[in-house]
Amino acid sequence: MKTFDYARAGSVAEATQAGGRFIAGGTNLLDLMKLQVETPDKLVDISRLDLNTIDEREDGGLTIGALVPNSDLAADPRVIAKYEVLSRALLAGASGQLRNKATTGGNLLQRTRCYYFYDTAAGCNKREPGSGCEAIGGFNRIHAILGTSEHCIATHPGDMPVAMRALDAVIVTQKADGDKRRLPIGDFYRLPGDTPHIENVLEAGELITHVELPAPPAGRHLYRKVRDRASYAFALFSVAAVVSVENGTIASASLAFGGVAHMPWRDPGVEAALVGNAPSEAVFAAAADALLADAKGFGSNDFKLPLARRTLIACLREVTQ
Amino acid sequence: MHFTINGKPHEAEVDVRTSLLDLCREHLGLTGSKKGCDHGQCGACTMLVNGRRINSCLTLAVMHQDDEIVTIEGLGTPENLHPLQSAFVRHDGYQCGYCTPGQICSAVGMLDEVKKGWPSHASADLNTVAFDDAEISERMSGNICRCAAYPNIVDAIREVADADAKVDA
Repeated sequence: MKTFDYARAGSVAEATQAGGRFIAGGTNLLDLMKLQVETPDKLVDISRLDLNTIDEREDGGLTIGALVPNSDLAADPRVIAKYEVLSRALLAGASGQLRNKATTGGNLLQRTRCYYFYDTAAGCNKREPGSGCEAIGGFNRIHAILGTSEHCIATHPGDMPVAMRALDAVIVTQKADGDKRRLPIGDFYRLPGDTPHIENVLEAGELITHVELPAPPAGRHLYRKVRDRASYAFALFSVAAVVSVENGTIASASLAFGGVAHMPWRDPGVEAALVGNAPSEAVFAAAADALLADAKGFGSNDFKLPLARRTLIACLREVTQ
Repeated sequence: MHFTINGKPHEAEVDVRTSLLDLCREHLGLTGSKKGCDHGQCGACTMLVNGRRINSCLTLAVMHQDDEIVTIEGLGTPENLHPLQSAFVRHDGYQCGYCTPGQICSAVGMLDEVKKGWPSHASADLNTVAFDDAEISERMSGNICRCAAYPNIVDAIREVADADAKVDA
């Protein structure tokens, strides 16, 4: 690990002005620093800031502090009661030890597990802009099938952000000049394009302070994660779904997908294929067609197209029963 | 830096890069916690920090000023084993033993999480945990045993969990 300066921030304002890389749980950043994939000059320790509560909002939603650990968020009775899809997504991720350390804000910023991103001897436009993408034409079993570019086919590895995408979470930040922003999660992440090293819209020094969940959408909640082993593995494909059926018709549907793109994926076309229709195999197939209309495999990950189709249809059967 | 480790105060001056695991092993002579992968994948380094189980390899010592840390050395002694330690011996919950300190620290933290009512991926109902063997396997998935003593590890943890449940009842 390359050496760095270390400062412990006493306030949010101090953190945003400290001019360094934020560290809280550190479970992803330190892993990458040991491999010299990440080499920050300065770490700003925000782990002791007062951002670790979950508060109820007047609109019936919740405000989650950026430092609330994944395990506490998953076990919170209000989250279990009103946002089961979020609890399920959190519990499907990582291990007990990691969930105890990983934070809400940090989890949103988790980096990809692309093998070439991790291998400092390989070309990777995300790690080193301009060095190429060895995943294209290489081992790409875990890689993206949607929203890819000729420069990067990495996936976002998270589960929690997929559920938050389905729940229309809002990411609240504070900038170095004190300005606060409320960023809908749909506007927070970026597709790789020709700048895969820029993964979100955060500016230098801008700190995630909270995540707001609006009042929960009506319907049944489901999080389904398909992976290579039953526990403690990243998603090959995942579905976060909140779907309501009234009088035999799908009244509302909110679906987001993990393991297929550079960001938690959501496609209004999938929801449009469902809402207003009676649940049926033909309607579910139309939703899968909408999801995969522009999907493209890169060889080793071609299996993700039928996997995504079958998993989505199975989830829709279950959630509309 | 000041830390409380296994109930005793410790002072140490370390490079900022030092992990909590290396602080204990290399600076304080507490070599019970093991370094397996050093990347949070194997769980051999699991410690309890302020009562919660974490991977000590994936956290910096400088971030733990004044924290209360418990390692395997703080759970029991050869003369007076922790209930989980004696259960692992009774059930043969290991072969080479390298992962065992992490398994036991993790199990201590895990059983506390169950007592708090925390659900897991294996919980059909997130409000009420039916603590069956599938729950133990899921909750211990962050601890890898390359000798594959898993059935006996589950049996050892099951015995202690059942005994705790009787005491609580």
